[in-house]
Amino acid sequence: MTIDRRLVLKGTAAAGAAALAAPPFRPAAAQSRRETLLMVSENPPNSTDIHGVGANRPAYEASWNLYDRLLTFGVKKDSNGNDHYDYETLLPELAEEWDLRPMSVTFKLRRDARFQDGTPVTAADVKWSFDRAVSVGGFPTFQMGAGSLEKREQFVVVDDHTFRVDFLRRDKLTMPDLAVPVPVVINAGLARRNATEQDPWAMTWLRSNPAGSGAYRLERWVPGQEMVFARNDAWTQGPRPGLARVIWRIVPQSGNRRALLERGDADLSFDLPPKDFQELQAARRLKVISTPVENALQYIGMNCERGPFTNVKLRQAVALAVPYQRLMEQALHGQAIPMFGNPAQPETAAWPQPSPFTTDLARARALVAEAGFPNGLDTTLSFDLGLATVNEPISLALAENLAAIGIRVTINKVPGANWRNELLKKEMPLITNTFGGWLNYPDYFFYWAYHGQNAVFNTMSYKNPQMDALIDRARFAEDRAEYEAAIKGFVAIAWADVPRIPLFQPNLNVAMQQSIQGYRYWFHRQLDYRSLSKTA
Amino acid sequence: MSAASLAHARHVLSGNPVTALAFGLFALLVGTAILGPALVPFDPIAAAGPALQPPSARHPFGTDAIGRDVFSRVIAATRLDLGMAFAAVAIVFACGTLTGAAAGFFGGWTDRIIGRLADTIMAFPLFVLAMGIVAALGNTVTNIVIATAVVNFPLYVRIARTEASTRRGAGYVEAARLSGYGEAHILFREILPNLLPIMMVQVSLTLGYAILNCAGLSFIGLGVRPPAPEWGIMVAEGASAIISGEWWIALFPGLALMIAVFTFNLLGDGLRDIVDPRRRT
Amino acid sequence: MMLAVIARRLAAALPTLAGVVVVTFLLTRALPGDPAAYFAGPAATREAVEQIRAQLGLDRSLGMQFLGYLRELARGDLGLSITTGQPVLSDIVARLPASAELTLLALLFAALAGISLGVLAALRPNGWLDNLCRVIATLGVCLPAFFTGLLLIYVFYYLLGWAPAPLGRLNAFAAPPPHVTGFFLIDSLLAGQGETFRSALAQILLPALSLGIFAVAPIARITRGSMLAVMSSDFIRAARAHGLSGRTVVIAYALRNALLPVVTTLGMVFSFLLGANVLIEKVFAWPGIGSYAVEALIASDYAPVQGFVMTMGFLYVLLNLAIDLLYRVIDPRMEVTA
Repeated sequence: MTIDRRLVLKGTAAAGAAALAAPPFRPAAAQSRRETLLMVSENPPNSTDIHGVGANRPAYEASWNLYDRLLTFGVKKDSNGNDHYDYETLLPELAEEWDLRPMSVTFKLRRDARFQDGTPVTAADVKWSFDRAVSVGGFPTFQMGAGSLEKREQFVVVDDHTFRVDFLRRDKLTMPDLAVPVPVVINAGLARRNATEQDPWAMTWLRSNPAGSGAYRLERWVPGQEMVFARNDAWTQGPRPGLARVIWRIVPQSGNRRALLERGDADLSFDLPPKDFQELQAARRLKVISTPVENALQYIGMNCERGPFTNVKLRQAVALAVPYQRLMEQALHGQAIPMFGNPAQPETAAWPQPSPFTTDLARARALVAEAGFPNGLDTTLSFDLGLATVNEPISLALAENLAAIGIRVTINKVPGANWRNELLKKEMPLITNTFGGWLNYPDYFFYWAYHGQNAVFNTMSYKNPQMDALIDRARFAEDRAEYEAAIKGFVAIAWADVPRIPLFQPNLNVAMQQSIQGYRYWFHRQLDYRSLSKTA
Repeated sequence: MSAASLAHARHVLSGNPVTALAFGLFALLVGTAILGPALVPFDPIAAAGPALQPPSARHPFGTDAIGRDVFSRVIAATRLDLGMAFAAVAIVFACGTLTGAAAGFFGGWTDRIIGRLADTIMAFPLFVLAMGIVAALGNTVTNIVIATAVVNFPLYVRIARTEASTRRGAGYVEAARLSGYGEAHILFREILPNLLPIMMVQVSLTLGYAILNCAGLSFIGLGVRPPAPEWGIMVAEGASAIISGEWWIALFPGLALMIAVFTFNLLGDGLRDIVDPRRRT
Repeated sequence: MMLAVIARRLAAALPTLAGVVVVTFLLTRALPGDPAAYFAGPAATREAVEQIRAQLGLDRSLGMQFLGYLRELARGDLGLSITTGQPVLSDIVARLPASAELTLLALLFAALAGISLGVLAALRPNGWLDNLCRVIATLGVCLPAFFTGLLLIYVFYYLLGWAPAPLGRLNAFAAPPPHVTGFFLIDSLLAGQGETFRSALAQILLPALSLGIFAVAPIARITRGSMLAVMSSDFIRAARAHGLSGRTVVIAYALRNALLPVVTTLGMVFSFLLGANVLIEKVFAWPGIGSYAVEALIASDYAPVQGFVMTMGFLYVLLNLAIDLLYRVIDPRMEVTA
């Protein structure tokens, strides 16, 4: 590691001579407030490189706006008339057109596309970037693998503006996986010049020096405090963005973020408690847009491999003891979609779909006795401290009801840094947590959350060969009827065995000034600056 | 305490209404801590009505985000808050005074080693040290108490050390030596009892600090575990609701906390007057 | 003579600093989080985490890790922060001025308020004014600092709109002044940027107030005690006997002589405040080293916590030295072991 005394990252080196000539701090007075968006959030980005080791969610947002990908998704209106990315439509971004064959896809790159330093975007850049994504390990490699993009040999440079991906197997996730945030196209020449022998992929340099072709360039980054983006006026990969500048400030206190919005000092924020969103929505001074997060569920997970909850009767008892309605009102303030109270057999192949459970303390008590715990039991209920706003009221209300059926719980708040570690150990008997998949398929969700491969997201260590067989059948089913039958099959097992109890499908909420137009929901839950604009 | 000093205490109390007030509040707090949990109208850890109700006749302090009675929680919290404060202070008082007095009395290597230890702790930013201890050991009541005791340790050592070293050569110590008593006997029988009054002042101030420390830890999520009622955690959780208009969730526990810390601080001041009327510094 | 004193004091501080290094290292290693699990990403298998652990050297024995840590420390490398993605040293260098500026202003406020209250209280010991001053000063320490901060924001920003948005050192649209001292109030004046100065001053007032309130009580108490001692001394009696007016005696003679112990206290209070402002910084989105350390601790981010504690340890030692030297300058007869 080297010592980097630069306090301020001046623009980006990639932004060329114009940016380098500018002083590190440009007087902002000249910028019109009308073309500037001030966004406030709780957590700062820790990188601009989505392939970076330990890059956090805010870093995905920086990367999304600083870089382009080959493809992107279209847009549609959701049931409330708000813009919603469209999973069904793939649109060109750096690729102009593509030719999809059974075992390969060939992309024609845009000839006018330029990186922010002015060099043209070529197939060699794309290959270097994809090679990097499948080589560096960790999250990017994992996400590429989810679309069967695993080996460098799959990525072929045909000529400067033609690029081919060979398939290892037929996988319906391959094409959409090329439009998620991971496969960004990096300026390979620039990155290579800043790579070292120990660091051939320029991981250190790219962490704070974006080298993309995106619609925004990095004007200023004061780590932990603010990130300032300026529009890349040379960008041709889509319609010209409406905002000239985006200022992203970190405000750790949620009450302050609300105050800033209400007083009109900040333009937009995601990170507010459900209660604040509900009240802001009711007050109507600000625009609040709520979108159900696709393929995501908050749930109660019970350890099926060790501890008391190996007993299925006890798991069923817990499922009947959850104060479902109270959670919706007191923890969520109505800002989520309830996922309980359906008939016992799944009627559709939709996911997420409500569970058959409702609150029934008498039956729950009987089940605890049947399970062989006439005197009740003591256990621990854990959750991620970083998400305490929602998790704590859920845990408190649940603990109250569990006490009524003889299950005495101690509430254990696990600091965010340790949460992942605890999940990996799979020792916690009872947790509440959220899981969501970027790619919107029921079989994708179940493969990670219920399959006996026992991925980290199968937080319950649930293993059932019947379940695995149905999930595998759905993953590679080519026939619609077979696919849906398999889904209904594994959902029915999930309800009968209850390794996890769904509570609700969370909403992604965002509050903004009435003057902000063009907000679009993305599966990655980060803000896309390109579609936004401000009216007077 | 001799009759003379009792008389002196009475004199100070009658002459100083603020100190008298502090003693009155102290009695009230201790009484609440002992009797409170038995007197509260509702179960402090279960819902007692609809959530977020403003103060009313039924819920004089309103209800919180999941419908618990804030009044019952504020009253019931007194025991835990005072309990933690007293426990932390008892530990640091015992350890700090003893090691400090030993350092001051024996001098030499004992003094040097203990002095270094205290200096090292002192060089830490205290709140961050407390945070670190609680984060590393887990946020249980015991660990919060330990953390509070550790960060106050150097203060007690310093005071006890200074006082003990000034008394090392005092007449009554010399007299005890001449009577053939051992050093340990002198330390425990002659030095320590004479340190008690001045240490009591520090004890009182630390009690207030301990409560604030717990509140700070709660604010960053390292306080006592829910659902236990504790003032700091109630203030920390209610603080964000002030802006949305539910001021009662944070205000009442905040007032209780304030009264407690206020009492302990004034008490410390008052004790200082009683212990040493000239040196009220 | 002076240099010898400095050298002696610094040498004496070495064991303390060594203790700080060791304790911090052990404490961070005892934190429950696992950087390897963090780096390995959300979907990592246990094997992947073990691999990362080996890469980071976290699979080595504690002793070996400590040696590695010392080696890096000797090179001036404080490691890399997971939270900000930057070298810890550059983070701390960038953030220290923000904390120092806030703390100094808070101290200034606390000193003004504390000394005034202390002097007033000492005029008539045990009178109603004395008691009132005592109650006022004590009230300041009775609320958790974060709560005071939030209340001030609620009243002065949200309700009244007098204070600017709690967005850190400058409003979002002002540009920082050219870097000279790192103190925005001073740098903006040096650059002649009136607008920036006003913005920086408006931003710093509330956090400095919330922090300063906390330090009024000890300063007032010391001032009062010191004043009482001086007022009963012979030379004040002599001055009075010579017919000097009450005000002249208090201001010109008593206060000047009573300030000596106050100065020592100020040093201690400064070091206390610098460590105590962690929560204030969080509340006001103040980009100082305190909030940096809190975030890092919650994230089990070893390097910034170690860096922060080391910095504070050094500052503590230097500050004590400075107080000591100042004391010698003011009163050469005294040898103080602070």
